[in-house]
Amino acid sequence: MSGMNVPATIDQIFILFTDWVAHFFPAAIRPIVGVVLGVIGIISVFPGLFALTTVFERKGLGRMQNRYGPNRVGPFGFFQPVADGIKALTKEDVVPFRADGVLHFLAPVVLLAAVFMGFAILPVGRNMVLVDMDAGLLFFFAMGASTELSVFMAGWSSRNKYSLLGAMRAVAQMISYEIPLLLSSVVVIMVAGTLSLPKIVEAQAGYTGIWPHWYVFTPWGLAAFLMFGIAATSETNRSPFDLPEGESELVAGYFTEYSGFKFAIFFIAEYLAMFSMSGIATTLFLGGWSAPLSFLNVLPSWFWFFSKVMCFIFIFIWVRGTLPRLRQDQLMNFAWKFVLPFTLLDLFVTALWRFMGEGWARWIVCSAILIAAYVAMGRVGMFRKNFAHRRYRYAE
Amino acid sequence: MSPIFYLLAAITVAGGLATVLLKNLVHCALAVTIAFLGLALLFLSLDAQFAGFVQILVYIGAVAILVVFAILLTREAEVPESSPAGRVFSKTWLTGLVIAAAVFAMLGWAVLQSAQALPNETAMPAVSVRDIGNALVGRYVLPLEIVALLLTAATIGAVIVAMHEKEAK
Repeated sequence: MSGMNVPATIDQIFILFTDWVAHFFPAAIRPIVGVVLGVIGIISVFPGLFALTTVFERKGLGRMQNRYGPNRVGPFGFFQPVADGIKALTKEDVVPFRADGVLHFLAPVVLLAAVFMGFAILPVGRNMVLVDMDAGLLFFFAMGASTELSVFMAGWSSRNKYSLLGAMRAVAQMISYEIPLLLSSVVVIMVAGTLSLPKIVEAQAGYTGIWPHWYVFTPWGLAAFLMFGIAATSETNRSPFDLPEGESELVAGYFTEYSGFKFAIFFIAEYLAMFSMSGIATTLFLGGWSAPLSFLNVLPSWFWFFSKVMCFIFIFIWVRGTLPRLRQDQLMNFAWKFVLPFTLLDLFVTALWRFMGEGWARWIVCSAILIAAYVAMGRVGMFRKNFAHRRYRYAE
Repeated sequence: MSPIFYLLAAITVAGGLATVLLKNLVHCALAVTIAFLGLALLFLSLDAQFAGFVQILVYIGAVAILVVFAILLTREAEVPESSPAGRVFSKTWLTGLVIAAAVFAMLGWAVLQSAQALPNETAMPAVSVRDIGNALVGRYVLPLEIVALLLTAATIGAVIVAMHEKEAK
């Protein structure tokens, strides 16, 4: 590697490895070899990350709930996912007698395929994207939308009231929160002027002093980021929006009637969706694979991408351990009466930002509009609730 | 016409046939998504990324779900064999066939005419998403605004229809 310094080599190590493997093959099939290696990378790294995350989640939740979490298998319980995997693989696969066999089998397969497709356009590092599409972001949302149908297939084909109710809840929730999810990413497209994710990362490159030009550090970007986070949490059926699988009401929601490894596939798909959502949020608002401070660029770009994704995962776990589950009507009201209007307002503010041109005036105007709207909403909401001094009632 | 085209066409037609021939309504609704997917892949094989992905997003992500919900909320998914709706071929199949053939002939005629209307189009134009966006807010801004108004009116109407009526006392 003459002419390349050590950080740059480590940064591009996976690209160099792919090229090295490809050069053993005839020139005609080298692009195919490169794609196959990329796919192998995706289907090994993210499920590996999933195994790690299950341990972190159970230990993290355990710590928040003042208990230990898994600590028996391997050092500090870190081999727990291996034991879980063996258990899932050796369990009997029970299919209900009256179930729709074909759909019951297809649902997890379609779900996992659609979720994996989403990773194809994620730029996980400098030059590290499997397919650089002109309409990459649209592709991601198209794949996300097609998971809804497999959720419905799972719920309907099981012939179980809990499954069907869970599927209906899941689909209604995913459709409701898909709108704010799309609208809050439209904001980024408006400013970056492209749907291609590597170009969106490029648009956030550069530093002022040591501080990065990420979209989350602008008033409209912060507002959109918060809304995107809420919608993404709901879209992946995570707590506090985990009504579709609310175990106290619906056993396990749409995958109640699945057992063995099919159940595990739903579990994996949920976490993979979390990873891809976190990856998209990172790319749209947190500058993708760029380092948080200019002098930290010596560390490789893929390291920063995965660090940011794991930060999101930690926040997901934290929120799950903190907030109680919403009720169905609260969920819908929250989506349509709070998240959607404020996303639309942010869309307006971003247009203003775009046309006010460079300078500090747009910072003041855009921040003022957003802060005024949020504060007014909070004040009116509190006023309507008629909160008085808390009165304690005791059983006497 | 490449083999890929024939493969995608076969998938689309098979999906369409399954939609009209299957007995169970939910199966029909799921079969139509296969036809939608085939169409989306046809768009993609023509390098029309935007149209292809929007096809998936709108038709599989929203329209198919809407159809499935409508089936589940209105009636039993399985219709007994004996009832008139249970038979695959209804009594008015001839009328339906004529209407379908007429629509197909019309569309086919329009497609064949387009070769004469645009004789100078030799190479495939490279249309990026950016061009589509510029056209939508530039040349075609009025139709876009009209559609937006129509959709807003439809949304408000749907909310009003779904609202609880206040009980008169």
